[in-house]
Amino acid sequence: MEEQFAKLDIRKNENIVYKRTDLLVDRPLSYCPGCGHGTVHRMLMETLEEMGLQDKTIGVSPVGCSVLAYDFMNIDMLGAAHGRAPALATAIKRMWPDRFVFTYQGDGDLAAIGTAETIHACNRGEHFTMIFINNGIYGMTGGQMAPTTLPNMRTSTSPYGRDTNIMGFPLKMTELVAQLPGTYYVTRQAVHTPSAVRKTKKAIRKAFENQKNKTGISFIEVVSNCNSGWKMTPVQSNKWMEENMFPFYPLGDIKIDGVLVTPKAETVKV
Amino acid sequence: MAKIKGDIVINVERCKGCEVCIASCPFSTIAMTKEVNGKGYHYAVKVNDDCTGCMNCAIVCPDGVITVYRAKVMAE
Amino acid sequence: MGELRLMKGNEAVAEAAIRAGCDGYFGYPITPQSEIMEYLMAMKPYETTGMVVLQAESETASVNMLYGGAGTGKMVMTSSSSPGISLMQEGISYMAGAELPALLVNVTRGGPGLGTIQPSQADYFQAVKGGGHGDYKMIVLAPASVQEMADFAKLGFELAFKYRTPVMILSDGAIGQMMEKVELFDPIARRTDAELIAQCPWAATGKPKNRDHIIITSLDLDPAGQERVNLKLQAKYRQIEKDEVRYEMISCEDAEYVFVAFGLSARICQKSIDIARAKGIKVGLFRPITLYPFPVKQIAELAKKVKGMLVVEMNAGQMIEDVRLAAGCSLKIEHYGRFGGIIPAPDEVVRAMENQIIGG
Repeated sequence: MEEQFAKLDIRKNENIVYKRTDLLVDRPLSYCPGCGHGTVHRMLMETLEEMGLQDKTIGVSPVGCSVLAYDFMNIDMLGAAHGRAPALATAIKRMWPDRFVFTYQGDGDLAAIGTAETIHACNRGEHFTMIFINNGIYGMTGGQMAPTTLPNMRTSTSPYGRDTNIMGFPLKMTELVAQLPGTYYVTRQAVHTPSAVRKTKKAIRKAFENQKNKTGISFIEVVSNCNSGWKMTPVQSNKWMEENMFPFYPLGDIKIDGVLVTPKAETVKV
Repeated sequence: MAKIKGDIVINVERCKGCEVCIASCPFSTIAMTKEVNGKGYHYAVKVNDDCTGCMNCAIVCPDGVITVYRAKVMAE
Repeated sequence: MGELRLMKGNEAVAEAAIRAGCDGYFGYPITPQSEIMEYLMAMKPYETTGMVVLQAESETASVNMLYGGAGTGKMVMTSSSSPGISLMQEGISYMAGAELPALLVNVTRGGPGLGTIQPSQADYFQAVKGGGHGDYKMIVLAPASVQEMADFAKLGFELAFKYRTPVMILSDGAIGQMMEKVELFDPIARRTDAELIAQCPWAATGKPKNRDHIIITSLDLDPAGQERVNLKLQAKYRQIEKDEVRYEMISCEDAEYVFVAFGLSARICQKSIDIARAKGIKVGLFRPITLYPFPVKQIAELAKKVKGMLVVEMNAGQMIEDVRLAAGCSLKIEHYGRFGGIIPAPDEVVRAMENQIIGG
């Protein structure tokens, strides 16, 4: 059916305006259909390709859905223990100060088991980039409650919804680290629409530009979907994310060039 | 008069049928097949001639399976 | 002759690390080893050799910084004491699995739990048997003097890089705190980044066009792949067991009975030998220097020649299990230990030999 509408006259190499970057390894991603991880991987690798940093970048992947990120990113990478990526990145950046270093972590990794490593790397003002994928759930282990799970949100370990009286409140790591003097650029983005993806890529670019100037941590949260964990179709999950996640995790810059740009973070309404 | 014409090529074997591209296409150029690919997914295909090469579908595709072409062509 | 100094064991290992060309130290304060980081911070090697010294937020973070640094081929170390080393087991297991070189110094104290800050040897099992998860070993060096604290820092790095494996110096609070004369080796220049890249082709240093990307991980989800990882590790451990056994024998030539002891206990037993021999008892000392690899063959040989062995440890009986496995059942082998931070006196060790082995 596709060939029926193929415009063979313009299908020429010189007319390619967009293709998958060569910095992504040519193999299928291990993520569920519609998962934001793949898009963030691609934006990250496109940025490194455009900046010519493939040979100067060392990445750190987490434990979680993106544990195999190193199989997809065609750069040198280390796989960290759960939550410890910022500790690895701290040492790497300090001993290879001219390399570009990033961590890529999910919400369980960064905001639960790795809270201490996250806070202290941010507070020390390490000169690397942290990419934080927040989908409000533990995806890889099968949809358990995460520190970022919304109030009343159902997960496999909060099957009747997250009761904040029993299970505590969702943690806004991004607003939290923005308060620390060691963070320089803190932003929250998404990748569910073309314009959101473009903004995320701009943020990633800014974060790596900051590394050139050794400004401290650039911290990018990407609010993402987990259609498997949320038990929705990808398109439904993106809609659900807009309606439920974004009010609690509003998109936009929180700190630019070391200056807080939004008023104090909203408190949880229960 | 010159007109912008676009085209897309979908790597159907890598497509996971998430349909995010469909939602992002301003010209309803993409739809899902009834058939499945080798992995068992319904996959995205081009269903009309209105593509302008805006890249929205390719940018938002989590698996990066879409290549976009764009050229100026003379209107008939 | 190298430079002579009067130093604490903790200071000696720190100074030796700088001189060995260490690239980075990551640690967290804990008694009785805090002098290691204090010494490094005071010496400011980051202004001379370029060595990074960083106080981390926890032992967990320290050991994972170690993992990060080691994965990029850098010569990295940490130090801690027993409870802190327990927290580091995660990183040790990961480094063993990912085949990364690193040096860890454990200046042990009494346990279990928070225990005490006084010296102990109760971490033998944890160090030698693998305190973390999975089938791994790390080379364990047991210094019995301040001099060996310095020497083993250099040796530890050499072995770590030779085998791409974590190496632990299993010291104790007494060796760490006491002052002795040390002859320091001449400083070795830190490797340049270019030298490192040439020497460590396995390290993640940034992918040039002409090689594949490097992945540092212990993960292999395919059971066959993970078995291959394990077989490779086991082959490496067999090689280490073959080539890296180190030990010392004192007065064993004519000995009828021997003490088997490591680290501080071996120091005490040296004095006990003098006391026993003055009494006419022919006693010697066998001191394993590498606790892993354990000197199995050497102990087996010795067991054929002597009438009995007293394993002296500042714990409730840990190394004795390995001594018995090595020596077999043909002779009497007993344990004498004090724990909780008590250091046994040389004469009580002699009495133990008399009561438990000779008269027992």
